[in-house]
Amino acid sequence: MATVETRELRKRFDGVAAVDGIDLPVREGEFLVLLGPSGCGKTTLLRMIAGLETPSTGDVLIDGRVVTPLPPRDRNIAMVFQSYALYPHLSVASNIAFPLEARGMRGAAVQERVKRAAAMFGIERLLKRKPRQLSGGERQRVALARAVVREPVVFLLDEPLSNLDAQLRSAARDELQQFQRRLGTTTIYVTHDQIEALGLGDRIAVLDHGRIHQLGTPLEIYADPADTFVATFIGSPPMNLVETGETITGFRPEQLLPAEARPGGETMNAFSFDVSRVEYLGADSLVYGTLAPPWPPSRVIARLPVGGDLTMTAGQRREFFVCERDLRRFDRASGRRVP
Amino acid sequence: MSVEALHRPTTAARRGRALLDDERWLGRLLLAPAILYIALLVGFPFLVGLYYSVSDATVGTRVLNFVGLENFRLVLANETFWQSLRNAVAFTLISQVLVVVLGKVLAMALYRDFRGKWLVRFLILLPWVAPISLGSIGWLWIFDPVYSIINWTARALGLLGLQVWPIWLGQPDLAMASVIMVNVWRLLPLATVIILAGLSSIPQDIHDAAAMDGAGFWRHLFRINIPLVMPIMLVALLFDMIVIYVLTRGGPYDTTQVIASMAFFTGIQGGDLAGGAAIALFLFPVLMAVAILFLTLARRAEVA
Repeated sequence: MATVETRELRKRFDGVAAVDGIDLPVREGEFLVLLGPSGCGKTTLLRMIAGLETPSTGDVLIDGRVVTPLPPRDRNIAMVFQSYALYPHLSVASNIAFPLEARGMRGAAVQERVKRAAAMFGIERLLKRKPRQLSGGERQRVALARAVVREPVVFLLDEPLSNLDAQLRSAARDELQQFQRRLGTTTIYVTHDQIEALGLGDRIAVLDHGRIHQLGTPLEIYADPADTFVATFIGSPPMNLVETGETITGFRPEQLLPAEARPGGETMNAFSFDVSRVEYLGADSLVYGTLAPPWPPSRVIARLPVGGDLTMTAGQRREFFVCERDLRRFDRASGRRVP
Repeated sequence: MSVEALHRPTTAARRGRALLDDERWLGRLLLAPAILYIALLVGFPFLVGLYYSVSDATVGTRVLNFVGLENFRLVLANETFWQSLRNAVAFTLISQVLVVVLGKVLAMALYRDFRGKWLVRFLILLPWVAPISLGSIGWLWIFDPVYSIINWTARALGLLGLQVWPIWLGQPDLAMASVIMVNVWRLLPLATVIILAGLSSIPQDIHDAAAMDGAGFWRHLFRINIPLVMPIMLVALLFDMIVIYVLTRGGPYDTTQVIASMAFFTGIQGGDLAGGAAIALFLFPVLMAVAILFLTLARRAEVA
């Protein structure tokens, strides 16, 4: 277990900053998720922490010690790759044993620890197979077993679930979190999938263009976005943004309530809009429309639970409300949150 | 003619197109030139060679008599044949080891990015694209007994004593070394390019994973790089062996007689067609076994 910290970390590729001055403190035993669109610099940041990429400037610290000049093998970090990167010519057992042997461990001790790691992920019966004879989910478990076998102080996971199908992914997410809680090892997890980030992370760092836009718990990130980027990147559909003079007013689709569902005892803001389309999604339905005066004609989306006797049809003008405490305001020029 | 008739293809053209659309026929059609080429230039001479080796054919004869395995018995009794066989084995093994080791080193160097990489790559490939006769003449001058540029350079640098002046192609041990050197010079480019292709086909993630797992240079080389490049290296090796026997014919100088050159001198220059055929065919079973072994190994070592 260890803390990880980056200080003013920068990486330029051909003059373009992929990571642009990141200060990231990761707490001991924490599950931290780096979330951002592709090309935001999250993988480069992870690779610099791993030691696979040399920073242009700045430092990486593990347990308060600067490790920037050290090669990966001297950092005691394990990494799971998106492709799993299993050694295709070695059996599952040899794959898991590889990091131990690279550290000079030999004989029965290696076998013992390989067995223990395999048992942890339920892959004992696969030990003799080659990676090409495994399914995607099995490969992922082998990659995890190879990562835990030498008891590293930090785990780095680079989109380890993105090669699994949707059903397997939610099961694997659950297992991943359980095993991280059990080992208590500091974990940094890269993903572009917000469901994974919200579901797994103790804290989430939202990245774009090589900078951290917000670092916080899933709840903070969702309910109190620091700027318009986080507001629109998190949430599906994203936060509705309405430009009003110098500020932008934002509210989540599920906070846009029809007049009939209006709660009492709250300060409400009226947002009437012309319904253009209704999308039925099983438990919820999405109502698309354009705001009516006095608001500017912005496009907005409301999420309504299915089951009430409420019917919306395209072409109607309907009254909607948002609680005052659910409104978020941003500066129009900078996109930053204003109180 | 109506517009409709214009657009309707003739029956012959339609049948031709149907033939090309049919994968069975298209496949046969595309394979035909290669099969024809092999049959005429390899298969036919091979069968003629088989026939000659059990006959008493010489350059002048018109009537062939069957003599059974007599030619092979004569070959086995010939001391030069055994010498040639030893030379051929030494020549092949030493060349191959040098080519594989040097090719691997060069490929590793070229795998990394550096300034002027294209120039180095070009220079390394040069021996392969230069005509073999031109290269050989160049080496003949380099090894010249009087004007050898190696000797002159060594003398100028003070590396050669006053009494020392190696005759590269005249001294038996040096002659073999010289021929091997030229052969390696010629085979190295192709081996390098093939191994480089093998190296480049390993995903970067695998290298990164090995680095994370704590593998140093040698462990990385022997546990990751070489095993993963092995299948393609075996193919390169096999190809090189065939090149030695088919293209270089055992080297251009008769101070280093090998099987192929001996067959040439006996059969064509000596006029004993039957004897030459027997010598040439002697290694056929060995070569075939080696080829099958290598291809099997390469396929088994292949990874998904």
